Amino acid sequence: MLSGLGNRWVLFAGAVLAVAAVLSNEYYFTLLNFIGIHTLLVVGLNLLLGYAGQISLGHAAFFGLGAYTSGILTATCGVNPWLALLAGLVISGLAALLIGIPALKLRGYYLAMATLGFGIIVYIVLNEAQPLTGGPSGLSGIPSLSLAGFPLNTARRLYLLVWPVVGGILALSANLVDSRSGRALRALHDSEAAAESLGVDTSRMKLKIFIWSALYASLAGSLYAHSLNFIAPASFGFMFSIKLVTMVVLGGMASIWGSLLGAGVLTVLPEVLTVFHDFEVIIFGAILMVVMIFLPRGLVRGLMDLWEFRRYKRQGGQIV
Amino acid sequence: MKKIGLVLALTLLALSAAANAADLKEPYIIGGIFSITGPASYLGEPERNCLEMVVEEINAAGGLNGHPLQPVIYDDEGDVTKARLHAEKLLQKDKALAIVGPSLTHTSMTVLEITQKAKLPLISCAAGAAITSPAKDRFWVFKTAQTDQMAVSRIYAYCKKHNLTKVAILTVSTGFGMAGKDQLLGQAPQYGVEVVAQEVFGEKDTDMTPQLTKIRGSAAQAVICWGTGPAPALVAKNLKQLGLTIPLIQSHGVASKKFIELAGDAAEGIILPAGKLVVYKQLPDTDPQKAVCQEYAEKYQAKFKAPESSFGGYAYDAQRLLNAALTKAGSDPAKIRDALEGTRNFVGVSGIFNMSPEDHNGLNPEAFVMVKIHNGDFALID
Amino acid sequence: MPTLSSLLQYFLSGLTNGAIYALIALGFGIIFNATAIINFAQGEMVMLGALCAISLYHLIPSLPLAFLGGVFLVSLVGLVFERLALRPVRDPAPITLIIITVGAAVFLKGLAMLLWGKEAYSLPSFSGNAPLYLGAATIMPQNLWVLGLTAFLVLVLEAFFRLTLVGKAMRATAYNLRAARLVGIAVGRMVQLSFGLAAALGAGAGILIAPLTLGVYDMGTMLGLKGFSAAIIGGLGSLSGGVLGGLLLGLAESFTSGLISSSYRDAVAFLLLLLVLFLRPQGLMGGRR
Repeated sequence: MLSGLGNRWVLFAGAVLAVAAVLSNEYYFTLLNFIGIHTLLVVGLNLLLGYAGQISLGHAAFFGLGAYTSGILTATCGVNPWLALLAGLVISGLAALLIGIPALKLRGYYLAMATLGFGIIVYIVLNEAQPLTGGPSGLSGIPSLSLAGFPLNTARRLYLLVWPVVGGILALSANLVDSRSGRALRALHDSEAAAESLGVDTSRMKLKIFIWSALYASLAGSLYAHSLNFIAPASFGFMFSIKLVTMVVLGGMASIWGSLLGAGVLTVLPEVLTVFHDFEVIIFGAILMVVMIFLPRGLVRGLMDLWEFRRYKRQGGQIV
Repeated sequence: MKKIGLVLALTLLALSAAANAADLKEPYIIGGIFSITGPASYLGEPERNCLEMVVEEINAAGGLNGHPLQPVIYDDEGDVTKARLHAEKLLQKDKALAIVGPSLTHTSMTVLEITQKAKLPLISCAAGAAITSPAKDRFWVFKTAQTDQMAVSRIYAYCKKHNLTKVAILTVSTGFGMAGKDQLLGQAPQYGVEVVAQEVFGEKDTDMTPQLTKIRGSAAQAVICWGTGPAPALVAKNLKQLGLTIPLIQSHGVASKKFIELAGDAAEGIILPAGKLVVYKQLPDTDPQKAVCQEYAEKYQAKFKAPESSFGGYAYDAQRLLNAALTKAGSDPAKIRDALEGTRNFVGVSGIFNMSPEDHNGLNPEAFVMVKIHNGDFALID
Repeated sequence: MPTLSSLLQYFLSGLTNGAIYALIALGFGIIFNATAIINFAQGEMVMLGALCAISLYHLIPSLPLAFLGGVFLVSLVGLVFERLALRPVRDPAPITLIIITVGAAVFLKGLAMLLWGKEAYSLPSFSGNAPLYLGAATIMPQNLWVLGLTAFLVLVLEAFFRLTLVGKAMRATAYNLRAARLVGIAVGRMVQLSFGLAAALGAGAGILIAPLTLGVYDMGTMLGLKGFSAAIIGGLGSLSGGVLGGLLLGLAESFTSGLISSSYRDAVAFLLLLLVLFLRPQGLMGGRR
């Protein structure tokens, strides 16, 4: 269960609280909130990619469904933000179910293609259905979330919601990964045939993970909508889906903490390096290529593996 | 001998430093957020250039009331999240007095959420109607770009004058296009114009023949195309291909030489509203905007070795408006805002600005002139 | 009510756009036929071909030279890409390869943005701009070039893959890598050849359409995705399937835009993609894999 992981979570909670106490600048909290939201997106995708060996090339769509469901229901219909968030989860979950069932029955990379198509269709609808979504100029007037009457309308207050949520999701995911189903997942990734011979229902597992990843993305979307109080379709396009994949690849597949790293690095780096801007597209492409060619388990995991390998050889180990 | 020389030199240095220090007043920090890279860089890059150009000029002349201007410019890449982060940074870390930009409507919408809360003036270079309305919720927000409402108004006035009462509209699926569509549909009745066909196209689309074929089958006497980028040029070419001879009216989004280059022969005869910058040489000398446009064009070309840009003009006007306000009001954001709102008869590149509490754009349809493309260049008509 | 000439125009427009998608689908098909990989960077080959040719044309105003030069340069890019980005892959799982080709697409787009900027460039039409009339409907001479080349290529490529030794060897490689190696096929060479060929094809398509669509750094993304959809619709393993898929897609888009609504035109390609994936994943003419 959570034993053995206990220390890590105490450390995490401590760090989150310490940062809240120490920092005073709203800018840093805004940045941290975005890192948190991106982490939620990346963890889900990571589970899918690292443990189910499947890729979603349209994950921005679930992000967008969550954001727009929350946005439209709260701004246009005056629904309670928490109910709207739940509605977003339901919609994204259903969408994932509808796409996942046919796509995951087949072997191969049909999910990649289906999510690609789905992602683009959602983007087009968000852009064109102006009366509903506000069109390309976006949807404004989205209210902030409030907890028991306490409005979360500054970045610092939102931080106190976002990061515990991130912590919870990370813990949930770690739990999932270490449980019996989780081990079955890893088995599935390594060899589908073997997993099946052991009685693991691979397509059912894959579907479950896909739906979880869509739910995480929807949650992230709702939080995003309520933190900016404004959303526009441009944030939910194909390029963002690719950015998410890059974050997964960078942080390391099948690594929960790697998700945090990948999301963190690729959110903060463009802020810090102004030179980055012109080259941002090229750098993302290069990361995807270089990391996958040489360190297919992702940058962090790959470097750790390399380190382990060197240490092993230094100790005189033999590679059989 | 040497020692005395050294002491003298040091004393002189110290004295001059002291003298300079006495002259040095705190700089005015101006924030800038533009889409310098990314798909809207044709807006953001010239805007950034203009801001820097104006600031440099002021600083070379000794600053505003002795205060140098210190620009802090960030690139939002057309991304809402980044625009938001940069706005926070400018407010919290850089302590900007006011922000110029962003370049696009959706990025402006997210930035104004913060500047309104922080009670800091924002002068946007984008045109979206929602940026400055409703006026009561946009106390701190201004914009310098001419609005679609004005452009459409000019176009319909032209249509009415030339008895083009049935029109077809073809708009792009971007914020700019959809805003134009809303105006075209909304203003038609008051000019006695009937919209007999409405089609849309994507920003990256390369073939609009199906839409134009549908328009050809309608009773339209003119086609109004509303878009930016290369697609409107392709619309012009497709129109020619299909043998449609009815007049093609474009939006001010294509008021650049690049459009004429891309459309080639098909550009001949196209009519559009444009800011006066595009035809300033043809303006009468009595037009107060002629001198301002000429100065802008010459300075921009000299400094950046590139043709002057109407979009850059938005930032040029914004910064100059801000300079006037800073000169009058000093470094108190509330006073700067009041000064901006009190702007009267300010001659800019984009038009003559007359701000008021209800109108934080300050322009009227006169900011546009109707031009026709003839022999590869823009010609002033009417 | 749409008139006959309108319908004819929709048909012609659909056919000409469809031919473009068909050419790109062919590129996907060639690589898939030889390697069972989906090369998401195919769309960028189209873009690079167009922009290289335009740059060459600005240096030496000769269309044939620009065409050959562009095709040649981009073929090199394809070969280099295979050698540098795909050959060294330690763990050639499909997911890994998909991510690499997506990364390559993004990389090439970013590179093009740095080299050519964000402007659009034009290339003169191969045989003038006078529209040709079919009743009241029109078609541009350049469209005929595209249609002509597509038809020509389909025949040539089918013959190549079915009748020549090299072609058969390439198909064998995709079918079963190990067996192909066992019978002495230079597998590495085959894979590289397929990439070079697909890149050449993509470049040719790009140069042909540049006079119609203009060359821009980001023209490859949507074209690649739609060409990919066309390939799936027609069936990845079948070259003529890809062409059929492309033509069908072009017609569907054109008629949707003309008869239903122009707002969701781009969505047509992806709706069809989802439909095919869910109802008949091997595509209309696919039977393999």
